[in-house]
Formats: sequence, structure tokens, C-alpha cells
Amino acid sequence: MPALLLRHRDIPDIGKLDVYNKNGGFEAFKKVVTSMQPQEVTDVVKASGLRGRGGAGFPTGVKWSFIPNNIWPHYVVANADESEPGTFKDREIMECNPFQFLEGVAIAAFAVGANAAYIYLRGEFWTMAAILDKKIAEMEKTGLLGEKLFGTDYSLQIYTHLGAGAYICGEETALLESIEGKRGQPRIRPPFPAVYGLYGKPTVINNVETLTNVPLIIEKGADWYKSMGTADSAGVKIFSLSGHVNQPGNYELPFGTTYRELIYKCGGGVTDDRPVKAIMSAGASSSFIVADDKALDTPMDYASVRTLGADLGSASVIVINDSVNLEWVINRTIHFFKHESCGKCTPCREGCYWMMHLVERIEQGQDVLANTELLYSVAKQMQNKCLCPLGEFATMAVTTAIERFPADFKPSLAGGQHG
Amino acid sequence: MSLADKYPQEVKKIMAKYPPEQKRSAVMPLLYLAQRDKGFVTKAALEDIARMLDMTTTDVAGIVGFYTLYHDQQAGKYRMQVCTDLPCALRGADKFLEELCGNLGVKVGATTPDGMITVEAVMCLAGCDKAPMFQVQSGEGIAYHENMTMDKTMELVAALRKSGKEVK
Repeated sequence: MPALLLRHRDIPDIGKLDVYNKNGGFEAFKKVVTSMQPQEVTDVVKASGLRGRGGAGFPTGVKWSFIPNNIWPHYVVANADESEPGTFKDREIMECNPFQFLEGVAIAAFAVGANAAYIYLRGEFWTMAAILDKKIAEMEKTGLLGEKLFGTDYSLQIYTHLGAGAYICGEETALLESIEGKRGQPRIRPPFPAVYGLYGKPTVINNVETLTNVPLIIEKGADWYKSMGTADSAGVKIFSLSGHVNQPGNYELPFGTTYRELIYKCGGGVTDDRPVKAIMSAGASSSFIVADDKALDTPMDYASVRTLGADLGSASVIVINDSVNLEWVINRTIHFFKHESCGKCTPCREGCYWMMHLVERIEQGQDVLANTELLYSVAKQMQNKCLCPLGEFATMAVTTAIERFPADFKPSLAGGQHG
Repeated sequence: MSLADKYPQEVKKIMAKYPPEQKRSAVMPLLYLAQRDKGFVTKAALEDIARMLDMTTTDVAGIVGFYTLYHDQQAGKYRMQVCTDLPCALRGADKFLEELCGNLGVKVGATTPDGMITVEAVMCLAGCDKAPMFQVQSGEGIAYHENMTMDKTMELVAALRKSGKEVK
């Protein structure tokens, strides 16, 4: 099957405007602006079963339908913060197939009646922002952005905004704060961004990959899209495969593909031909999946991954072979979350701090059993108490490593086996 | 000299991105602009930006402190920021960083005696499939270097040292 999102792999120059146009580019945007009502566009996306690709999996069309029509103006914000360890799909889209993403932004903006859209890129994506700025300028020059598009009354501008190194800004309300020129700290909800978003106005925030699906859904229809994937997870997904595999990279696959196919067929098998020990299904924010035959043969869709006590999330699959001790792995993930905790809420700020100190003690072999128990208790006490998902994410790997791989927290092993 | 005097075109372009009544939104792009000269934000630049956006200097400093890509201290002309997060670590990032430090004769966080290179360990850069990888941050911006070997890295270091001296 030809790629739908990573189309540059089939059409190498699709990042050029004339090539994109020759391959049906901006037909969908033109169609919605000149011949559809905004509500109809939302209905098609709703019917397609498209779910948010940033991790939460919320139905995209439903999200769009929450925008009220008695408060104006409206905004669309593309979340290109992509900071989850193990996730690197959105940058490939923006680097190689940028117009399809930008067309998705434009269609979303039309559907919710927004005349301005912002693309929030993590600061490290300096080069990607420069690429997008150039592409946006080309669109302005050729009448695809600007005033009175295609002879209608609809106007649209798209802007890029660079963050500056803060994982928390991938959380949508922290992201909005950051665009507003503030520290990226999450807002208390409700009110939700659909009502009180950017500058206090109704705002739709969608992930880059989510938006990149939209032009094809408009062009080919909701039924076509739903014919791919599984009942609860329509369409295709980009799986970012990393860790102990021979061929790490992005793989665009229908939902429902198994872990075994991803790791062994796409990824060319495990480093040093060792067995897979654990899988992190959603980057550093994952629960650990025990990689037995049942897990390897589990289809990767929202519902099936849940049966393994984990989440599909952003589909960032980190493979860990048996050369590594999970105590070492959670040491890394805890350091990450400790560094990235924004400091606003106490359970996350203090919890991550203490988890870091406890895992360091374990690493040094200090009273391993007691400190493991205490670490587990701290993680459990953080759960369901944090203001935003970051604090929860920080605990997932910790509790599941201790529950599912108790042997890795034996005094004789701790501090020994490293990557 | 204020940013608006020194970079009038850039400042105008930045301000035009946001609604006129929301000019505080320009603080992040303006801080990048302020870092262009020396690779860090000076106290004078903080005050300048605060005046431009009707913010307090403390508020602007709070933004610098919160986000890792803004710096309030001088470091090397080029910051080599090596990702040592989990996916990169599973592919040998720790060893790579150690070797790099050894070759440059500095510890993580320190700057080479010629003032050109600061080595830093950083969190995930979304280059997990191309480890070992790092980014080079300078006043001019950020560039990724992926699928790196030590030989390729040391060639880059030599090139950076050369161009760093030229533009001094």
C-alpha cells in the first residue's frame, strides 16, 4: 500500500509545491472552502473515526464540534512540540511532506471558522520551522493563504511559533501559555481550550500527524478512511520504532499491525539477536509491557494495547532487550520527568524529585529492597493527584517495572547491568 | 543599542505574527533574537524586551529561566548538546558523550579553553532512530547532527572552531 502520510517515500519531491499540487495537493482545501459548509467538514472528519495522534486518541471531529459559535475569534493550533522520548514522527512529516500537513491545518481552520492558525514547534525544531516558514510564504504567494481565498470571503493566515526546550509545552494548555509569552505551565481545567483557549478564545489544538490525515479524508471520504485499521482505531498510524532494534525509524502501518510485525519485519529484529524483554508502547510515558508471545502478537490499536496494561499513546515503541536491567531504564525516565516537571503542582514537583533520589540510591545499591518499596509508594501516591498528565506519566514506568519485573530490583542486580 | 534599532526588520516581522493587543507573545522570538550576538541574553536585553512588551524585567527573566534553550550566562560559542535520553542511551549515547568529552578534554557542562565548544547532555531531541545524535546551538540557531561517529564529530568540531574564529 502506498504511504498516506509519509508520501515522500513514494513521491520523493512532494515537499515541493508544484509536485504536491500535481499529486492532488490543495484540492481538498479548495473543495471545502468553495463548496462545503464548515459543519459538513467536521461531520466528515467525525464519520472517518480519526482520533488524535498526539497520544490521547480523542476523536478529532468531536473535538472540532466543541467550538462554540457565540465567542469569536477562533484559533487552530498545531501541536508540533514532539518531545516524548521515542517520538520522532511529526518532524519527518514536516521535513519531507510539509504541504499535506499545512493543508490539514488550513482545512481544520476552515472547519472551525478560524482565520489564524499557529504551529507550535519545539525550539529544537529550528530547521523545521524555517522550512515551514518558507512553505507558508509559497502558499501566500500562490493564493493558498491570505485574504478572500478562491474568490470566497474566507481568509486564513498560518504562523509558526518556536518553543525553547520544555517537554511540558506538549501539554495543550501549557502550549497555549507558551504562545502567550508565559512560562509553559498547564492551566487548571475547566474551562477547556475549546471554549477558553489561545488568548481566552475558542481553540482547537491538534497534533501534526492528526492534521496530516485530514486532506485525504476530505478527498477520499470517511468510508474509505474507516476501511483501514480496526473498529475502534480507524486508518493508519506512524509508529516510531527505537531502542534495541536493527532498523529503527518511522513505519506507517494500519492500526492492528502486531508488535511482532513491527519489531521483526519492519525493524529487522532485535539488536544482537537477543530476545525482547520489555516494550514501551508510548515512549517514556509508558507502562512496561512484558514481551511474551501474547504481547508480541497483540494488534497495535487503542483497545488491544490496553489489554496488556499499557496504552498505544503516540505509538512510540521503544524496544528493550534482555541485556538491560529495568532499574537502569527507569533511572533514565525518572531523570527525564524530574527535569521536565514544570513545578506548578506539588505531587509532580516533589514526587519526581523524590523518585529521582530513591532510584539513585537503588542504582548505588543502597538498601535496595526498602528503597524500591519506598519508590513504589511515592509513585503510587502521585497517581491521580497531578494537575496534568506529566506527573502521571512519570509514574507509569516506575510502578510497572517494579510490579512486572521484580527480579530487576534485587540487591545483587541493581547498579550492575547497563545499556 | 536596542533590538528594535539593531534588527528593525526582524522585530517588525516577529511583532506582526501576533494580535497587536497580545504583544507579550513576542517574548520568545525576541529572546532568540537577543541571543544572536553573544549566545546568551544580557541584562540589558532583558530590560529592552521588557520595555518593548510592557512586561517587568523579572517576568522576562522568568521566561529565560524556565526554557532550557535560553541562557543567561556566557558559554562556548557553540553548545554541543548530546541527547542521552533513554532511546539514545540504548544505542550507546553515554559512551559517545564520554568519548567526546575525552577528545575535547572537558567535562559535561564545561567549555573548551579556546571558548569555542561547550558540551552538554540534554533530554530527548526527537532523533531517537538516528543516535548517537546531538544538536549544535549557537546564537544563529540550532542544527541537528545525526547518525554520528566520533570521526565525523571531531571533523565537525574542527570546522566549528575554524568558522567560530572567522566570525569573531
